[in-house]
Amino acid sequence: MAGVNQTVQLDLAKQSVREVNHYLHELGDESLQHVEILHPDGNHSIAAGLDAEAKIDIRGHAGYFIAGMNSRAEVTIHGNVGWSVAENIMSGSVRVKGNASQCVAASGHGGLVIIEGDASSRCGISMKGVDIVVGGSVGHVSGFMAQAGRMVICGDAEAGLGDSIYEAVIYVAGKIRGLGADAREEPMTENDVAEVAELLETAQLKGDPLQFKRVASARTLYHWNSDAEQEY
Amino acid sequence: MSSNPSSPNILREENASYSRNTLGYIHQAAERGIYDIRGLGAKRKIPSFDDLVFLTASASRYPLEGYREKCVTKTVLGSRCAERPLELETPITIAGMSFGSISANVKEAIGRAATEVGTSTTTGDGGMTPEERQSSKTLVYQCLPSRYGFNPDHLRQADAIEMVLGQGAKPGGGGMLLGLKVSPRVAEMRTLPEGIDQRSACRHPDWTGPDDLAIKIGELREITDWKVPIYIKLGATRVKDDVKLAVKAGADVVVVDGMQGGTAATQQVFIEHTGIPTLPAVRLAVEALEEMNVVGQVQLIVSGGIRNGADVAKALALGADAVAIGQGVLMALGCNSPTWTGDGERFDATADYEKLGTQVGFCHHCQSGLCPVGITTQDKELEKRLDPAWGARRLKNYLQVLSMELTTIARACGKSNVHHLEREDLVALTVEAAAMAKLPLAGTDWIPGVNS
Amino acid sequence: MCGIVGLLVKTDPLRERLGELMVPMFSCMAARGSDSGGCAFFTKAEDSSRRRFSLYVSDRQYSWQKMLDAYDAEFGVMNDSPREFQTLENHAVLISGEDPIAISCWLDQCEPKVHLMSVGRSMDVYKDAGDPVEISQRFRFAEATGTHCVGHTRMATESAVTPVHSHPYTAGEDFCLVHNGSLSNPYMLRRSLEREGIRFETDNDTEAACRFLEWRIREGDNLSTALKAAFTELDGFYTLLMATGDQICLVRDAFACKPAVVVETDEYVAISSEYRSLAHLPGVTDANIFEPKPEEIYSWRV
Repeated sequence: MAGVNQTVQLDLAKQSVREVNHYLHELGDESLQHVEILHPDGNHSIAAGLDAEAKIDIRGHAGYFIAGMNSRAEVTIHGNVGWSVAENIMSGSVRVKGNASQCVAASGHGGLVIIEGDASSRCGISMKGVDIVVGGSVGHVSGFMAQAGRMVICGDAEAGLGDSIYEAVIYVAGKIRGLGADAREEPMTENDVAEVAELLETAQLKGDPLQFKRVASARTLYHWNSDAEQEY
Repeated sequence: MSSNPSSPNILREENASYSRNTLGYIHQAAERGIYDIRGLGAKRKIPSFDDLVFLTASASRYPLEGYREKCVTKTVLGSRCAERPLELETPITIAGMSFGSISANVKEAIGRAATEVGTSTTTGDGGMTPEERQSSKTLVYQCLPSRYGFNPDHLRQADAIEMVLGQGAKPGGGGMLLGLKVSPRVAEMRTLPEGIDQRSACRHPDWTGPDDLAIKIGELREITDWKVPIYIKLGATRVKDDVKLAVKAGADVVVVDGMQGGTAATQQVFIEHTGIPTLPAVRLAVEALEEMNVVGQVQLIVSGGIRNGADVAKALALGADAVAIGQGVLMALGCNSPTWTGDGERFDATADYEKLGTQVGFCHHCQSGLCPVGITTQDKELEKRLDPAWGARRLKNYLQVLSMELTTIARACGKSNVHHLEREDLVALTVEAAAMAKLPLAGTDWIPGVNS
Repeated sequence: MCGIVGLLVKTDPLRERLGELMVPMFSCMAARGSDSGGCAFFTKAEDSSRRRFSLYVSDRQYSWQKMLDAYDAEFGVMNDSPREFQTLENHAVLISGEDPIAISCWLDQCEPKVHLMSVGRSMDVYKDAGDPVEISQRFRFAEATGTHCVGHTRMATESAVTPVHSHPYTAGEDFCLVHNGSLSNPYMLRRSLEREGIRFETDNDTEAACRFLEWRIREGDNLSTALKAAFTELDGFYTLLMATGDQICLVRDAFACKPAVVVETDEYVAISSEYRSLAHLPGVTDANIFEPKPEEIYSWRV
């Protein structure tokens, strides 16, 4: 176990994901631990299930479920990631320097997820309190069944944005190609502008908070209602 | 008018297609514009374990004595990959039921009874409650499409993980909890506004398809350091294909839930018209495991209408390793009972059934949250009607009876271990059951579809 | 459910290494499906009067020589276009100037054990049930050269695991298709195509997609128009990767629930279900890496 201020290097060309994850799961509660993971080469579930005050750098493109169910740790992927990065994240932060595939932060409960590039479809699906900031654009049906939390999209959003959204709020600076069921654009309040500014700053991404549009739930699907033209 | 001289008698001719039930359904649909939602499982008569009987001891087979000769019921689940498979005292387990659909008191009662009997309980669509984790010695943690309340700390506290693809009452449908039951506590656990009608997703958010499920199961193993068994639960539809896919996706245990399986709330149309009965589902699941050559490595749990010890014995004889019970557990705790018990005294609940528009023996109104006996409710007053200690005793009694019936039958078949029950111990009473279970019709050698 | 891989190379040095680069992709994707595997390779086209025929037998003791003797007895020798014949275990490639329909009929009637996998001027198809890694070794995928290839590793969902049920599926000449996903209306598609006179070999849902395109192309659509029709008629989840003599083509359904990743450089285009199978390719870290959008047609020419 490394002492404070030392960086431990783990190489996935030499060790298995299981061995690397086991090491990470054994990290205790000393702060300022730093681990670098080399040659991720698209492997899945790297750094899944972390629960430590540690800083993890993954050097390269990684696969699915990277940093899944993260608690407390600060994870940076210096490349692209596959599906479901930071799924079910509880706290801490996960930053992707490149692009992310589908289901970013699926069902995330807390913490912050930053995608500096683009995210694919279903970004923020079923989110339950996580904050997500995307420097680029997101794919279709992003924010699907989003229950709580905030999502800031600096680029465009494809069709079906916020379909069946609950109490989460989505902010989009670029074009919205289509809203999903029960999602609607609402005017930005001063509070919204302040929240977007704060999220962009924490994410260290550029953007003018005044350019963003607010998308939230119209709340017409909250109760069974024969007049609400619900399809299901 | 009955006094027309040319037709003195009123002819009442039953209409099988447009029965009174169907008339009621159409009238209600026309009035409300929304489909009927209810609890429990399929009510209509379908081929089931009732159509099978055991060939117990005879001149050619010798029985074991009931009270002196042992009959082992120990059951191991999850031996394929996990460091810590489950070791249970009995093959009778408790199925997943959500905190939300049932109250915290019920969860505690179930946990206590299961611990005493030496079996497992399972969380449901609302996540893990402290009541259940503390009272239940062996707890299976469900991972459902909704992911309500799902978190890694609970995952790490679980003794096994059950990845739910569907359930027998509504294969292809998601969970449902109506507004009255979305209490402050439930709403907080599920990250929803209080009082809304909750409709869960029917697909998982972070994977689609068995090939990507394999990767998701890999993630769950990584997070738990490969310690605990992973189950995959399916509603019974294309059972053979699905069980094979579950094995390919990495399941340590496969759970197959037949059409009779219950729910606390879903569309009536789902309950009665989707999924196949448990009887053919067991047989198909076993064939799938045999064809994949994993019998003994991947275990099979069967659920959906397991009511008595004979049902348990038949499931095992057909090839299951264990069963899971949901509805029977709630009935043992008082579902459809005319009374509830508090401080040793019985109170009459029949008026509360009438208020729901139903009667003892016919109630399926779990979705209302107004359970007359305090089981499927979040109401502060109603939930007091189920005292955890009283409930634990009742459930323990029921599980004990099931176990006694199971071993009675097993001994009568000459088995010293309930897992030695085999399909050749069974025959069928009807042609349908014979075809579905691929067993001979009693009195003949005929297995429809297999031999002539 | 399955893994799909595709590789199209643009330089002569890489054409010599087509198989060598593809095999790690294929082997890695065996994790997504280990029931069966297959690959179609495309090389320099034969002269327009000649065709390549990929032949397969499941019987490993089968005598190719006997079949070849029977072929020579049946068809004689064409001096201006002599036939060629190469075998590799239970697979063979026949190159001949004879009428393809005549050869196909002769095989049907006289050599029932032999399965005609593909016909084309530049395409060879290898597929079998069993472990994809073993299949790639048996058929020496690593030694293949050519312009492009498309491969598949299968996790069977609803239909049986047999060599014929494996992908790639072929239709007409120099056309093949692999599929990841599950169609939800394959039977009604099949019935309507059978009414149009299209013949099926299996009950596999992927074959329904392949024959649908075959039908549209037969009716005069180009591949792009045929795929636009497919977006309307096919239901379910599908990532389809197709190849013809000079191009590969990739589409995803409207929901795009099954994965696909594309890696593009000046020297090659590589496609896979998962990025990790592409991580070994030259220049991958600086390549253009993207995911195809739903209901868009992506194609690349050699």
